[in-house]
Amino acid sequence: MVSTQEITTRGKASDVEAERLARVEGAAYRIRRHALNMGEVQGQGYVGQALGAADMLAAVYADQLRFRADDPEWEDRDRFLLSTGHYAIGHYAALAEAGIIPVKELETYGSDDSRLPMSGMSTYTPGMEISGGSLGHGLSIAVGAALGLRYQGSGSRVYNFLSDGELDEGSTWEAAMGAHHHHLGNLTAMVDINALQADGKTDTVLRTEPVTEKWQAFGWYAQRVNGNDVGALLAAFDNAAAQAAAVGRPSVILCDTKVGRGVPLLEDREKAHFMRIEEHEWQLCREQLTAGFEGKAAR
Amino acid sequence: MSTATTPKLKTSAMIASFADPGQKTASAPFGHALVKAAQENDKIVGLTADLGKYTDMHIFAQAFPERFFQMGMAEQLLFGAAAGLAETGLVPFASTYSVFAARRAYDFLCLDAAEPNLNVNIVGGLPGLTTGYGPSHQATEDMAIFRGMPNLTIVDPCDSLDIEQAVPQLAASTGPTYLRLLRGNVPTVLDEYDYTFELGKAKVLRGGRDVVFISSGLMTMRALQAAEALAAHHVDVAVVHAPTIKPFDAATVLAELNTDRLAVTLENHSVVGGLFETVASAVVTAGLGKRVVPVALPDEFLDAGALPTLHERYGLSVQRVVAKVLAELG
Repeated sequence: MVSTQEITTRGKASDVEAERLARVEGAAYRIRRHALNMGEVQGQGYVGQALGAADMLAAVYADQLRFRADDPEWEDRDRFLLSTGHYAIGHYAALAEAGIIPVKELETYGSDDSRLPMSGMSTYTPGMEISGGSLGHGLSIAVGAALGLRYQGSGSRVYNFLSDGELDEGSTWEAAMGAHHHHLGNLTAMVDINALQADGKTDTVLRTEPVTEKWQAFGWYAQRVNGNDVGALLAAFDNAAAQAAAVGRPSVILCDTKVGRGVPLLEDREKAHFMRIEEHEWQLCREQLTAGFEGKAAR
Repeated sequence: MSTATTPKLKTSAMIASFADPGQKTASAPFGHALVKAAQENDKIVGLTADLGKYTDMHIFAQAFPERFFQMGMAEQLLFGAAAGLAETGLVPFASTYSVFAARRAYDFLCLDAAEPNLNVNIVGGLPGLTTGYGPSHQATEDMAIFRGMPNLTIVDPCDSLDIEQAVPQLAASTGPTYLRLLRGNVPTVLDEYDYTFELGKAKVLRGGRDVVFISSGLMTMRALQAAEALAAHHVDVAVVHAPTIKPFDAATVLAELNTDRLAVTLENHSVVGGLFETVASAVVTAGLGKRVVPVALPDEFLDAGALPTLHERYGLSVQRVVAKVLAELG
């Protein structure tokens, strides 16, 4: 296993890497800002998760994923499967950042007749590959997609985003075994470990640790990183490509994240699956987010 | 306990053929039909959850090893992966036993295949009462479970001919389908009639003045046999075969039901939620004040035992069907 620190150090090695890092961090900032704006429309929602996962989503859409913004069904695209349907708020923000849906449309999030329902569905939204939300499904679908693409000679990759809560589901582990058995080097799973589920902290709901060792035991190339460190994420993707894909091994990037990341007001709030934010707080959240981002950029 | 002095008992079996002695059969009609369809359509792939040999999928696996995916004893993965394969433009046929498809993997079929209306073809072995293994393997309520799933087409074939003709049509239809598989040596019955399988259509196999049978699955074979037997009692029976349970061909069935004849439905399924209730709802919706008599499995967990014993016990045998009709006619 590669340590977070080592990955971080290597991730910042060159000017090209610095440019790459700045691009993805910029995308992550805008994804967070979109998510706050969308949350304000509803007055509540899965804003905390979106903020926590923004760096992972940015790394995918601004760095890893091969896609055509004007042709979301492009046959040779890589597939990003959002298993965790309620993270749709973050995914829509990423789709807008990627130019697949208009930024203006984000304000319809969760409203009647919107293409952007609270829980992501493939039948509603361009660029949404699957109907997630019933947790523990995404990785099984990803296994089939990876098998299907490989059988058809496609070089496309499959990325499955899932949460640590989904590690409770037996189906996740059925799929983990299947991916290893079928040597799916074209499959990368990303697990958002925010240590929070609907009924409370993950270690009080159902202990999933040791997570890294579990995935390793299932035959995966497993890396655990700070999921709010873009450099670490990018380095982990690079490692996965070099170490796993080439030898037909599925890869998982286990991402420790912080609910509400980027907005101190929310980072410090008592963590809740469904975060309530008061009307007057939204502007403050945006200001804190921007101040943090600009402060980091200045450094 | 068995001893040297006790007579040999009939035993239950996991896989029991319901073919009558000497009856014409075809071997593994599903497997051969899938191979044939796959020769013409290179998008067809097959997968199973450790039941390839028991669902005739092994025939396909031998013919197209590169197009066959073994998913292990993991039904949620099986159908999630089938959806993933379909997402990439392939046409998967995924097999397991009906109990596991309907009970264990429902959520995966519902959300991953049916909601996006993908061409995922579920192949369920041991539908209804076709095994003596008891409730763990007897899918007596599979149609009841699946009928509530939007977009899903449900086919309950009678024989090898139905299966052979259904497979390419299931592959060609756009959305998800569920086939109640008959496997192994499957009776060939419908070749004696002027019949072809058409997805979504019920067909009148024979006319009759006194009684009309509406049947699906292997009970169409029993219905035809019962009709022959009832002729000896001077009862003239029509048989309508309705292999597509959903979407249901209400027009054909209601046209046959809207007469003074005794109407009987026959199905290898619980009386709850299968063919009988499909017909009953069509009758009520059309405003027909028509009584319909069900021949179906009781709303119970059924016994383990030998299949002929159980079919007799639960009313699916020809003898029991004949007796029920005669009793109804008084």
